[in-house]
Amino acid sequence: MVNLAVNIGGLKLPNPVVTASGTFGYGQEYSEFFDIEKLGAIVVKGLSYSPRQGNPPPRLVETPAGMLNAIGLQNIGVETFIKDKLPYLRTLKLNVIANFFGDSIDEYVMAAEALTKAGGVHGLEMNISCPNKKAGWIVFGTDPAVMKDVVTAVRKATDLPLIVKLSPNVTDIGLMAKVAEDCGADAVSLINTITGMCIDINSRRSKLANVTGGLSGPAIRPIAVRMVWEVHKAVMIPIIGMGGIMTAQDALEFMIAGASAVSVGTANFINPQAVIEIISGMEDYLKEHGIANINEIIGSLKT
Amino acid sequence: MSRFFKAEITGVKLLNADFCILDIKPQGSHDTPLPGQFYMLQSISCYDPLLKRPFSIFRSTDDTLSFLFRIRGKATQILSRLNTGDVIDVIGPLGSSYPEPEGDFVAVAGGVGVASLYNLIEKYKGRAHFFYGAKTKEELVLVDNIRSLSKELTLVTQDCSCGVGGLVTDACADAICVTDSMLKGLHVYACGPNPMLKALNTRLAGKGVNCYVSLEENMACGVGACLGCVVKGINEYKRVCKEGPVFSMDEIQW
Repeated sequence: MVNLAVNIGGLKLPNPVVTASGTFGYGQEYSEFFDIEKLGAIVVKGLSYSPRQGNPPPRLVETPAGMLNAIGLQNIGVETFIKDKLPYLRTLKLNVIANFFGDSIDEYVMAAEALTKAGGVHGLEMNISCPNKKAGWIVFGTDPAVMKDVVTAVRKATDLPLIVKLSPNVTDIGLMAKVAEDCGADAVSLINTITGMCIDINSRRSKLANVTGGLSGPAIRPIAVRMVWEVHKAVMIPIIGMGGIMTAQDALEFMIAGASAVSVGTANFINPQAVIEIISGMEDYLKEHGIANINEIIGSLKT
Repeated sequence: MSRFFKAEITGVKLLNADFCILDIKPQGSHDTPLPGQFYMLQSISCYDPLLKRPFSIFRSTDDTLSFLFRIRGKATQILSRLNTGDVIDVIGPLGSSYPEPEGDFVAVAGGVGVASLYNLIEKYKGRAHFFYGAKTKEELVLVDNIRSLSKELTLVTQDCSCGVGGLVTDACADAICVTDSMLKGLHVYACGPNPMLKALNTRLAGKGVNCYVSLEENMACGVGACLGCVVKGINEYKRVCKEGPVFSMDEIQW
C-alpha cells in the first residue's frame, strides 16, 4: 500500500491529482466517464460574482501539440453556481475548490465572501490572469504591486485555504509566487495558459475572434516544469503544478520539480478518464520504486 | 454503457480523392445514435493532432458506426489511412438530433453536410425532397444511393457542371416557396457551410417553416465542459456540442 495523500495549505487531498479549472465543467459533465470521488479535488470552472457571456466565436484553435483558447471566462456567476451546481457537489465525498476571478478588487472580494459563506466549498483558487478595470486594464497577475493589493484583500475575505493561480506571462514567476506567499496565500498553482496567437494566412486574420488566446497542452509542459522548479526555490508554501500533463510520468515530473499536487486540464478533452489513469500510474511508479509515500518525491530533483 | 470507448476499424473506403467512409465496430456495448448526433474520433497516442475531431453519424447498424468525411487536414488524413483492425478512441453519441419529421420533408445538404442528413433520409425512406449542392460535380458523392432513399433529388452545382446551376439554398427556396400555405409546418433539415445556412435563413425566416440546422465549430471536449464551440444564440451563446449540433433555425443569431 502506498500513501498518495498530500496537504495543500491545510486542504487534505486523498491523492495529488486535481482537475484544471475550465476543463472539467462543474463535475457533472464528466461523472458519466468515471467516479469523480476518486479525484484529489475538483477545481470548477472559473466564477465571477456576476455571470459572464465570454468572447465571441471562434474561441479555440488547435496548434502543434497544444490548443489556444479564448473562452473569455464565460461562466454562470457565483450565485447560480451556489444554487444550481453546488448541491450536486455537496452530495459527493470530494474536495471542491472554487476557481474565481474579477475585474476589480471589489468583485474578487464579493466572489470570495459568497463562496466562503456558501458551505460545501473547501478551498478557493484565485485566477489573477485577468485585467483590472480600475487600473488601466493591467493584468492583476503581471504586476507585483497590483497583485499584492488583490491577494491581500481576498485573504481578508476568506478563511478557506487560498490558492493563487499564477500567470506564466511574467519575467520572474518566482517573485510573483513570493508576493502571493507574503500576502497570506496558502498555496500557489501554476502555470495558467501562455498567451499566444495563430493566424490564417489566407484571410490574414487571427484564428481566434479575440485575436490572442491561452496556449495549453503538451506544447507548454517543459516551460511549466521549469517554472514550478523556480517557484519551488522561491517559496515555502505548496505548489499545484500544471501545464500539458497527459500521463502519470508527466505528473511525476512536476512533483519532482517541487509540486505537491498536479492539475490535469487539456488531457481531459482527449481522454475523459485521463485523471484516473494518472492516479493509478502514480501508484504504480511508487510501488516500482519502493517509495511508500508520495511526499518523498516532492521537490526531490537532483541537481 | 460508456460513451467513451475503443472501436476497431472494419472498413476504409475512399469515394474519390477527397471523400472517405470509415466503418468502425465499437468494442463492448454502445448507445444507438440518432440522426444528427455526432462522435469525437481520434487515432490513438499522438499529440499532433492533439484533439479528437467531431464527425456526424453517417450510418449505423447494430454493430457498426459509419462516418463520411472530407479529407481536409492532418486528422482526417490520418483517419483515411487507417487499416482494418486498427483501433481508435471514440466518444459518443453526443449532442442533439434532428426532430422526427411529419410527413414528407425537405433536406438541404451543402458539400460534406450530406453526411449528417444521409442518416435522416435513410431512417425516413422515400419521404425527403432532397436538395444536394456542391461547388462542382466531383464533390457530389453517393448520388445514386441518395436518389433511391429520397422521394425526389435535386442536384445543384455552383459551376453548373451538374444539375441546376447556382446555390443549393436558392434552388431549394425557389422550389418550396411557391405558396405560403405550402410552407406552413413544413419540416426542413439543413447541413452545410455557415454561409449556406445563413442564406437559407434569409430565404425561409418568418415563413412558418420548421427548419433545423446542423452546425459545426472547432471543438475540444465534445461534452459541454470547455465552452470552446459556442455559436451566437438569440439571447446567449450556445454550445454546438451540447445544445447542438442540431438547432432550430430561429434559436440562432444569423
